Amino acid sequence: MTALMPGPRAEQETSVEPTRNGSGEPVISLRGATASLGARRVLRGVDLGVERGEVVALLGANGSGKSTTVRAVVGQVPLSGGELSLFGTPYRRFRQWRRIGYVPQRTTAASGVPATVREVVSSGRLSRGRLRPLRRADRAAVDRALELVGLADRAKDSVNALSGGQHQRVLIARALAGEPELLIMDEPMAGVDLAGQQVLAGTLREEVAEGTTVLLVLHELGALEPLIDRAVVLRDGCVVHDGAPPPATGQHALPGHDHVHPHAPEEPIRTGLLT
Amino acid sequence: MTFLQDAFMQRALVAAILIGITAPAVGIYLVQRRQAIMGDGIGHVALTGVALGFLTGTNPVWMAVLVSSAGAVAMELVRARGRTQGDIALAMLFYGGMSGGVLLIHLSPNGSNANLLSYLFGSITTVSQEDVVVIGILAAVVVAVTVGLRRQLFAVCQDEEFARVTGLPVRLLNIVLAVTAAVTVTVAMRVVGLLLVSALMVVPVAAAQQLTRGFAATMAFAVAIGLTVTTSGTVYTYYVDVPSGATIVVMAIGVFLAVTALAAPLAKRRARRSAAPVSEEAECTLEPSRSRSPEDDVRV
Ligand SMILES: Nc1ncnc2c1ncn2[C@@H]1O[C@H](COP(=O)(O)OP(=O)(O)OP(=O)(O)O)[C@@H](O)[C@H]1O
Ligand SMILES: [Mg+2]
Repeated sequence: MTALMPGPRAEQETSVEPTRNGSGEPVISLRGATASLGARRVLRGVDLGVERGEVVALLGANGSGKSTTVRAVVGQVPLSGGELSLFGTPYRRFRQWRRIGYVPQRTTAASGVPATVREVVSSGRLSRGRLRPLRRADRAAVDRALELVGLADRAKDSVNALSGGQHQRVLIARALAGEPELLIMDEPMAGVDLAGQQVLAGTLREEVAEGTTVLLVLHELGALEPLIDRAVVLRDGCVVHDGAPPPATGQHALPGHDHVHPHAPEEPIRTGLLT
Repeated sequence: MTFLQDAFMQRALVAAILIGITAPAVGIYLVQRRQAIMGDGIGHVALTGVALGFLTGTNPVWMAVLVSSAGAVAMELVRARGRTQGDIALAMLFYGGMSGGVLLIHLSPNGSNANLLSYLFGSITTVSQEDVVVIGILAAVVVAVTVGLRRQLFAVCQDEEFARVTGLPVRLLNIVLAVTAAVTVTVAMRVVGLLLVSALMVVPVAAAQQLTRGFAATMAFAVAIGLTVTTSGTVYTYYVDVPSGATIVVMAIGVFLAVTALAAPLAKRRARRSAAPVSEEAECTLEPSRSRSPEDDVRV
């Protein structure tokens, strides 16, 4: 599948060195980050740098601290140590939230009151003009986000009436509605079928072509593989690999993907029936 | 329409209309956040405010606004910290508010059991001209917040973490919502009573959401239900000598049951009309090329 759609960076796939597509301008800079949840030390000195224009995948087993890292980057987990700056601004002084689009790891809890797909996606637009009413440009951005994830025809349906994969697409559209420069997505592909993944990979490719920077948590690279510039692998709250994406496994293994890594990272957890 | 000629009835109806609008308009956010019980807590705390009003000789409604706002903000702070003992803290606030109110009313010179009961269960005949003015001002504030900040409050109640990442002042909005809920409770207490206020915040929303698909639509429908039951309940008590609060709440529950009975067949019809059929065939057919997988086997 990936062979059928060689991305703009297909020629980089054979390289052993970490592929760099960034401009050198740091968008996310997390250094020596430590954080605890409850009594547990969940991050034990995480370094994560993302440059403008890069697409970085954050990989690791369940519980390795991927979500915590991402939530720390968007300021939702307090750091007990280390430094964070966004777009070159120390976190404490950072206010330009409209530049960031965030897709949280999906929680099963739907809200107590019905809401339409459009209403949920529109709330992503609040990052631009927090207290002013919706303008025409805002509506157009919401329409575009709905188109991008292929849910335009479900705009008036209740989100409670959607399947898990469709719900996930609503959350992605919500992040896209703010037209962010930096997309931070926690397992955006969870529960999305292959066709949906292809659609989202296409969306993401367009966004990246326009200069959007992407940090995303994944369990397997799947349809996104050709887009990924670099992979950061976490284990028990520590970075154990930062460089070229690990080779695809299982059914995603295709000829030409068998590049060798100096220190092979943990393979992504497969949840196939027999593995 | 003879009831419209009575001055006290006019005041009662104005109050009923304002309450029918404001209670569901605030309640929808509490229901969305699965905090439907919060209105009850505020009601308990407001009683202490009413009693303080009697004790100090100030207007009990204003005093209730102050004390219940403080209580609501305290409840919001407990919720935001997300501690596991949070519900114990809330329970303390409930019990403290109620018992404090009863104690203080008995200590005050012009407080009596009759007075207490009129606040606990509501009594429209006691709504004074001054009360109507106070209720009108407070209701205007509540409508301004719940309608004017709808998108912001919706986002905060829907997904608080996401709302924070959009840069919304989430803590401030939560406190505004808590104070607005407290104001609504005091607005409604003269007509429905502190013990039943919460019902008027929750039941119309619970009824409306069975027929709606969106938040704005649910809000509009819930307010329509709220208005219907508060006005018709108030008119009913003009002819039959029953407490207004209980009448209104029983009517709201009646509407809820009626809507529940209607919802299932309506949803079925809508599904048949709107959604394009997933497949041309009405029933599942086996694909000939596919063999059955072992999981399909149901023999023991
Ligand atoms: N609220 C919490 N309180 C205490 N510990 C927590 C909390 N949330 C997460 N943890 C712990 O922190 C560790 C990292 O969690 P995190 O959610 O970051 O993992 P993850 O890599 O995103 O996993 P997954 O692949 O399952 O999403 C886990 O061991 C988890 O048990
Ligand atoms: Mg996670």
